[in-house]
Amino acid sequence: MAAQETSQSATFRYAFGNVLSFSVLLLIGVMAFSIRLFSVIKYESVIHEFDPYFNYRVTQFLTKSGVYDFWNWFDDRTWYPLGRVIGGTVYPGLTLTAGALWRILNSVNIPLSVETVCVFTAPVFSAFASWATYLLTKEIKGPGAGLTAAALLAMVPSYISRSVAGSYDNEAVAIFALIFTFYLYIKTLNTGSLFYATLNAIAYFYMVCSWGGYTFIINLIPMHVLLCIVTGRYSPRLYIAYAPLVVLGTLLAALVPVVGFNAVMTSEHFASFLVFIIIHVVALVYYIKGLLTPQMFKVAVTLVVSVGMILCFAVLAVLIALVASSPTKGWSGRSLSLLDPTYASKYIPIIASVSEHQPPTWPSYFMDINVLAFLVPAGIIACFLPLSDASSFAVLYIVTSVYFSGVMVRLMLVLAPAACIMSGIALSEAFDVFTRSIKFHLLGVTQNPQDNAGDTTNVTQNDVKSEKSEDTIKERPSRKSKKKEKENTEKPSLVSRVEKKLLVLPLETSVIAVFLLVLLGAFYVVHCVWAAAEAYSAPSIVLTSRSHDGLHVFDDFREAYAWLSHNTEVDDKVASWWDYGYQTTAMANRTVIVDNNTWNNTHIATVGTAMSSPEKAAWDIFNSLDVKYVLVVFGGLVGYPSDDINKFLWMVRIGGGVFPHIKEPDYLRDGQYRIDSQATPTMLNCLMYKLSYYRFVETDGRGFDRVRNTEIGKKHFKLTHFEEVFTTHHWMVRIYKLKSPRNRIRGKTKKSKSQKSVSSTSSKRSGTTKKNPWQ
Amino acid sequence: MKRLRSDFSHLFFVFGFFMLFSNVCSDLVISKLDRQIDVSSQIVRFTTSLKVENNGAAAVSKVLLPYHENQAKNLAFLSVKITEGKGKTKTSSDRLPVDVIHPEGMPPALTWYAVSLPKELGKGGSLTLEVKAVFTHLLTPFPEKITQADAQLVAFQDGAHYLSPYTVKIQSLTVKLPEPKVESYTRLENTKFSGSEIKYGPYENIPPFSHPTIVVHFVSNKPFSVAQELVREIEISHWGNVQVTENYNLVHAGAELTGEFSRLDYQARPHVRGASALRSLVARLPPRAHSIYYRDEIGNISTSNVWSDSAKTLLEIEPRYPMFGGWRTAFTIGYGLPLQDFLFKSQGKRFLDITFGCPMNDIVIETLSVKVVLPEGSNDISVVAPFPVKETRETKLSHLDIAGRPVIVLEKTNVVPEHSQNFQVYYRFSSFSLLREPLMLVFGFFLFFVACIAYVHADFTISKSSPSYIAKLQWDEVQTAIQQFQNIMNRVLVIHDKLEASLRDLSRTGDVQACKASRKAADGFLKELSKELKPLLSFLQSSPQALQIMPKVEELVIKENDLQEKLMLKHSMVVDSYEKKSGGRDIDNRVAAVQQKITLLRQEVDDLLEVIDEI
Repeated sequence: MAAQETSQSATFRYAFGNVLSFSVLLLIGVMAFSIRLFSVIKYESVIHEFDPYFNYRVTQFLTKSGVYDFWNWFDDRTWYPLGRVIGGTVYPGLTLTAGALWRILNSVNIPLSVETVCVFTAPVFSAFASWATYLLTKEIKGPGAGLTAAALLAMVPSYISRSVAGSYDNEAVAIFALIFTFYLYIKTLNTGSLFYATLNAIAYFYMVCSWGGYTFIINLIPMHVLLCIVTGRYSPRLYIAYAPLVVLGTLLAALVPVVGFNAVMTSEHFASFLVFIIIHVVALVYYIKGLLTPQMFKVAVTLVVSVGMILCFAVLAVLIALVASSPTKGWSGRSLSLLDPTYASKYIPIIASVSEHQPPTWPSYFMDINVLAFLVPAGIIACFLPLSDASSFAVLYIVTSVYFSGVMVRLMLVLAPAACIMSGIALSEAFDVFTRSIKFHLLGVTQNPQDNAGDTTNVTQNDVKSEKSEDTIKERPSRKSKKKEKENTEKPSLVSRVEKKLLVLPLETSVIAVFLLVLLGAFYVVHCVWAAAEAYSAPSIVLTSRSHDGLHVFDDFREAYAWLSHNTEVDDKVASWWDYGYQTTAMANRTVIVDNNTWNNTHIATVGTAMSSPEKAAWDIFNSLDVKYVLVVFGGLVGYPSDDINKFLWMVRIGGGVFPHIKEPDYLRDGQYRIDSQATPTMLNCLMYKLSYYRFVETDGRGFDRVRNTEIGKKHFKLTHFEEVFTTHHWMVRIYKLKSPRNRIRGKTKKSKSQKSVSSTSSKRSGTTKKNPWQ
Repeated sequence: MKRLRSDFSHLFFVFGFFMLFSNVCSDLVISKLDRQIDVSSQIVRFTTSLKVENNGAAAVSKVLLPYHENQAKNLAFLSVKITEGKGKTKTSSDRLPVDVIHPEGMPPALTWYAVSLPKELGKGGSLTLEVKAVFTHLLTPFPEKITQADAQLVAFQDGAHYLSPYTVKIQSLTVKLPEPKVESYTRLENTKFSGSEIKYGPYENIPPFSHPTIVVHFVSNKPFSVAQELVREIEISHWGNVQVTENYNLVHAGAELTGEFSRLDYQARPHVRGASALRSLVARLPPRAHSIYYRDEIGNISTSNVWSDSAKTLLEIEPRYPMFGGWRTAFTIGYGLPLQDFLFKSQGKRFLDITFGCPMNDIVIETLSVKVVLPEGSNDISVVAPFPVKETRETKLSHLDIAGRPVIVLEKTNVVPEHSQNFQVYYRFSSFSLLREPLMLVFGFFLFFVACIAYVHADFTISKSSPSYIAKLQWDEVQTAIQQFQNIMNRVLVIHDKLEASLRDLSRTGDVQACKASRKAADGFLKELSKELKPLLSFLQSSPQALQIMPKVEELVIKENDLQEKLMLKHSMVVDSYEKKSGGRDIDNRVAAVQQKITLLRQEVDDLLEVIDEI
């Protein structure tokens, strides 16, 4: 009878626990969603930054034209005159997800606009991601750690930075896909169920659809499999978890147009195939071992090893030859810059010019993962006690992601879930120990109070320590008494102090430690909310500044795009630096020459060359590209630092990389980049300078640039081949029109084969040779 | 200018032609006519008061108002009223019905409007009519393209005499200009230019259809904001809100900007460089308008202001950029209105009473479509509009709709502020329909939860008699049994630990009685537990599924009994020795052997427990 009662109360407790954790998860989801709404509340429901605008435009096309047209979409409004095959060069996961969401909502008569769906996709998926984190951590260390990790992930600043409402980028869904794939892998590993293995392959497929970062999965999982094999943890479950993933996953990945045959042909995927072979060899060895007697087995091993070595070398040689024969050694530029952090700055300026491809600084770790950075070591230790397949995976995950985040600041995003999982484990184990100690003491006191003193004094000595030692101490219970905990919680009245003596901390220490941990958590929460509200919610197309008379809004970008979209012809071409390409096509609906998908370096170099050439040469280049308008971003009047003049050296570098007559030293005075009177004549005569500072001196009489904090070098000049057609309210965007050639025929004609260079009014040309790349 | 004049000179031939017919029209004579033309904005307003006398024998019921075709096609609004008295005692009747007629023999260059008088005008009778005509697109920018520094010049042309089929005895004309700056104007006899007004007349005894052209070329820096398309959507929610959404497609129809636009010049001297630019618009919204927004397709436009008082809500909006001639923009404004201000009941029907035109002044709307979205389930719909509009029906699917909401689309071209009159939409809507959607939601969620409950409680295993299923059931039972078994074992071990603890206490305090008491308690507990254990063991023995675990379990039970025995032995030995007051070392010696066995057994028991746990 008593047994029945206890079992009944146990099931009741379980049910209660389930309901509790369900509602906690629900609240975590709500929190993950709502903490990302700061951008909507503080600013507006709008798409942010650059890439999201492209994704938004693709989604608009998808919802308007359907999936089949989407796959075949050749976009002629960008990369003029080359165009771009969108369907085959874009990771379609995000777009298809948002498109499907929109379709579902509309089919049940919830008429949300495509924009609204796009804006809120990222917050919704971060709620999913925190639930996936719960599942993954639960598989690794139990539900307590799972809930903690989910709560941490829901508000980790690094992830918030990429998934605030409006930040409609691939990473928004990819992080969920990443964690969920890992969860299914661990789940398969723990259960050995083929069902989960299949799901895993599908989740992997979704990840491949969503983000180029899928190569992280397809390298990390083989690494873990290899680790398991090396450490003698091979099991049929491991085989089930890995082999179907490689076969199905590769087949599915090849279905995504942008990946295609890359799934079997690039080096990023070779590790998985190698490990695939290895795991089969190992499986075979285990099978044979079961068949043969030990002596026979020994003989067989020596035989096979000698033959196998020769074969392996042969295969390896072939592989190396294959890889070596391809120009980039089979690696894409971005992947290579991951392995060799200096690669990009050496060879590909266009990758290096993007700020998010730079290595992070130390403060950015504190900014992005905050206290998690301190909790991670404790979590790693907790994972080693006891080391299971799942926890070894978690350790491997954090180690590799720490490396990658150190290479590229953007990959901090991959580190964030790992850090959350580790910290979740650390925190939950710590709380476990402390609360158990407190409970034990409180109950113990009621039984025999005189006894406490002896115990506590024993332990206090080694306990007046920092938190780190507490973390290590708290691991001890998890090793021995994992199963006993269950019984302890069920029958607290029978808890024996003596049995737990080693695992129990003194009451005061525990209370203080719990208090400190709560404080730490509170600090984390405060930091996250601050980061979400202040640091990461700005949509970057709208800028605000606080002055004494309230909030001032700088909405110049949209002003310019709206002007372009309403007051120019539909087929006009707009040239600008590539940063603004996506926004121009999406907001102004005008054809651009280059955009943020930097697939054609030569084309970008052409625009770079035009910007760094003198007016006449630039006009020739732009005219040969059918450009009608040139758009420059200029921050000198209001002090907006990321304007084109500050990016100008990259234009010179990228342009000079392809067209050697553009030389970086020509624009630098003694190695210094300057725009004041000390600047070189080449600099003062280049198109970018002129378009930025045209009539700027008349604003304040001396032309003081508030970004560079100097007076500009060349103040009074006229434009001969361009005319100003629009400048925004704060001068942040200036749009010029190419004057038509007819108007320019004055002065002497120059003998030239080219029709375009009939006249030569630009007397400001310097003596250097002007090789027009388009002649 | 030449083009304009040639138009009119062509007209004169025509006029000569119907001079002959003039008498046919009727015997009416206009004894006094006073005309005011207001060209101060892009909307040209003609206010004409004419005193009509019937000199013929027959009673007249219609007065004819001809307009030249150019004007007629831009005629946006025409109202004719009868006024009596003068000055403060002036009263005016309701608007008289006006129809377009096509009198025979008249050339197509004129469009005729016939005003039906409320009662026939008998012989010798007279009355005063006030005709208010509003035209759009009558002002032509000239030159058509100007630079940023130029002022906007426009030309206006009309006749110096009132175009009428009747003889006019005395008439005068006043043209009101926006600014006292005139480039040129046609000088006739009795022309006077003073301030910002040009006066023509008085002229006396002008025969019918006399129409000498005048052209006025003047400075008009008011922006010509024309909404090429305006869609107003008025959505009624019976939960207390009328949501109005207005989509504007705006163009500055004045002289086009040519050449550079320099922001510098515009910012330095906005009223010289950019005099005719459209900077802002003011919308006069009804009082208690709330949730006002102003955006375009790429997001919110931050340059707007709202003032409100009890009579109105003023919304001042600026386009994203100052609009010069020929520039375009598109934006949306939206606001919510309290339902009780606009929705009323009469004779069992509900009706919406809301303004038709747009809330902005000085804006010409080329195509206005007003969509009234009624709640789902409305029927018996009818529209009462103060002027003729084109009416069509649509359906709109929105939140939680099944059949869709009926939408009444009213379309009208050439809309001016004079059209901001209320129109009514009558419909029937039962209050119960209001609850349909919440009930639908409640029911939907209810069904969902029921389905969840059903799913959790139902067993969807395909075959319940298959051996594997039974085996699984049995295995579950065995597992629970083993769990319980483990529990008991653990509790026994806990009691053992307690006994040990009591021994330690004894060694410290020497309190034999306490120790004995704890021994007694422990004995009791252990007995109970062994009782609990029995049925479990017998179950496990009987179950075929437990075969492979059984040996371990039995071993564990034996070991545990052994351990218990030894422990009791040790306990009694220690207690005994304490009672005999033996020395500490003595006791240790005596117990040592037993203690060794106990540790050994304890180790084994722990190991076994772990093994069982792993199963």
